[in-house]
Amino acid sequence: MAAPFDLKNDGVVVIIGSGAGGGTLGNELAQKGIDVVILEAGGRHEYEDFINDEWDSFAQLAWTDKRTTSGDWRVAKDFPNLPAWIVKAVGGSTTHWAGASLRFQEHEFKTLSTYGKLEGANLLDWPITLADLEPYYAKAEDKLGVTLTNNIPGLPGNNNFKVMKAGADKLGYKECHTGRMAINSEPRDDRNACQQTGFCFQGCKWGAKWSTLYTEIPKGEATGHLEVRPNAMAIKINHDASGNVTGVVYADKDGKLQEQKARIVAVAGNSIESPRLLLNSVSNQFPDGLANSSGQVGKNYMRHTTGSVYGVFDKPVHMYRGTTMAGIIRDEARNDPSRGFVGGYELETLSLGLPFMAAFLNPGGWGRSFTTALDHYDHMAGMWIVGEDMPREDNRVTLHADMKDEHGMPVADVHFDDHANDTAMRDHAYKQGSALYAAVGATRTFPTPPYPSTHNLGTNRMSEKAADGVVNKHGQTHDIKNLFVSDGSQFTTGGAENPTLTIVSLAIRQADYIAEQMSAKSL
Amino acid sequence: MVTIYERKAGERKPGLSRRELLKRGGVGALLVISGSAVISPEHAWGLETSALKPETMATLIQMARDIYPHDQVPDKYYAIAVKAHDEQAGKDPAHKDLIENGIADLDLKSGKDGYTGLGWEEQRVAVLREIENTPFFQAVRGGLVVGLYNQKEVWPIFGYEGESYSKGGYMARGFDDIEWL
Repeated sequence: MAAPFDLKNDGVVVIIGSGAGGGTLGNELAQKGIDVVILEAGGRHEYEDFINDEWDSFAQLAWTDKRTTSGDWRVAKDFPNLPAWIVKAVGGSTTHWAGASLRFQEHEFKTLSTYGKLEGANLLDWPITLADLEPYYAKAEDKLGVTLTNNIPGLPGNNNFKVMKAGADKLGYKECHTGRMAINSEPRDDRNACQQTGFCFQGCKWGAKWSTLYTEIPKGEATGHLEVRPNAMAIKINHDASGNVTGVVYADKDGKLQEQKARIVAVAGNSIESPRLLLNSVSNQFPDGLANSSGQVGKNYMRHTTGSVYGVFDKPVHMYRGTTMAGIIRDEARNDPSRGFVGGYELETLSLGLPFMAAFLNPGGWGRSFTTALDHYDHMAGMWIVGEDMPREDNRVTLHADMKDEHGMPVADVHFDDHANDTAMRDHAYKQGSALYAAVGATRTFPTPPYPSTHNLGTNRMSEKAADGVVNKHGQTHDIKNLFVSDGSQFTTGGAENPTLTIVSLAIRQADYIAEQMSAKSL
Repeated sequence: MVTIYERKAGERKPGLSRRELLKRGGVGALLVISGSAVISPEHAWGLETSALKPETMATLIQMARDIYPHDQVPDKYYAIAVKAHDEQAGKDPAHKDLIENGIADLDLKSGKDGYTGLGWEEQRVAVLREIENTPFFQAVRGGLVVGLYNQKEVWPIFGYEGESYSKGGYMARGFDDIEWL
């Protein structure tokens, strides 16, 4: 039973956001008997309500509140008001994610030491190592039911994977498999097994893919220590004269402003909303926003070096049947500067339905070059590139100077310029992807530009020193001891891996730390 | 709201003389204007306009096909895809001007027989290239991305099967049926 907490209850931990970070942290704390209120900006749609239709689902789940963009990334031209394809709903982007659950590699926690100083990049080592996170990765893999861990069998490969695998073999890649996926290959944790339905991005109607919506959140609610308050859009975090945070002002479902008092506040609204909230929480004491003595809030925005390669074959593939991210090649994930860039990338199968393929294959494109590609939609195979991009101070989330949302809160502007390393990596990946499909007989390939960002990272980064970042190794802000960041905005650097498993691992670790500090009366 | 209608069997086809057919020239004389409607006599459907001139709608349908040409997709679906401009023009005079003036400009740039008088797709595309950065072109193209490709009726033409949950997914329906590798 969900516990409703009083607005004046200042003993609760208030978490902003119910996705991978916030939803996990909420349940972990509730399991320890700590009272938690999660403020979620979006509504609650249970998994049977999800829609097997790309545009209808987008209308149901996507975060479409106005944002602006700037910089040389193509998203700013193609989707000027949609920098990110993420979710505004209970469960956050864990409703939409594809399920790939990969651990970071050791060197990815030490990028400055490993890659050295790169002009135009703001590289920094994480204040934690892979060894620090390994026990939490293990817990997270068990929690999510990641395939090929904990004796969980891998998912069967669909047509799209089989094409990838055949090409990978021809190119001599050694590490190609159906992935480490947080999708049940057999019933587990009271959830169904994958039925190869497709539409992973539209929310899994079987509940086979892990989402906080139907795992962490109901489990937390069952303890009586967790309340999830949907349609509650956080506007500002308040603090007292001593500089500790005291509560969160939010607009409720009727647009009325409320304040939920708090003992501790944890921000987990994804890497655009989290810095937006901190930057909007200005006061005489903190004129640049909360936890921003370093000036780093909103900076070092990362979105992974992405792109897709689609190939057309003379025979049918039907790539959209089955798991969207049905397999992975990890051979290029290593750091090997001889390729002309530092860091690495993963290649993961991807498919879009016809409506989204039309929207994303070559946004703005028209004429026969474009339409003859779609004519062979059922003969297409597809893969997504996900690689480490360089943190840059100028790539940042800021508050728009004059554009405001319905609650009077300035909208977020997302500025992004590719670093030369990002471009070199993307070009390399386009070449490899095209060669892979050509090796299996593709008659035509399409290097497809990045979609609006799904992996938004780094805007409240973790650092050893307070001057270099926003939070310490526990996600606790350097400036304010009862203010935490619990989402991907903590990432010091992005790694080549899909971020969710790391976000979940950090949240489990953070919950342990918060509980310890609370019992020691330090918080 | 789609006001495309199927013509009933036995209904009289609108007058389409040989002279009219020849006069229309290039674009196969597939669409004829009758009163406030664009009619496809061969395929038994018609589209009634309320705000835009029916001639404008006929040109818009050709323009839509030239922007996203799929030879296997019948005109009817392009008509459905651009129909929203007629509805919007009815509510918003500025949109009506955008479309009517845009089509008039397109006809002007296309010579004495207008846009649909240009016989080859390449000729029409050359005119479209001249205007591709205009708000008019972008409004038509942008609307088509959803208006054309989000019609469930066109999905099977491309081999896309759409919703699959109600059929139990593809577990037993060919998720891994590829045989040619």
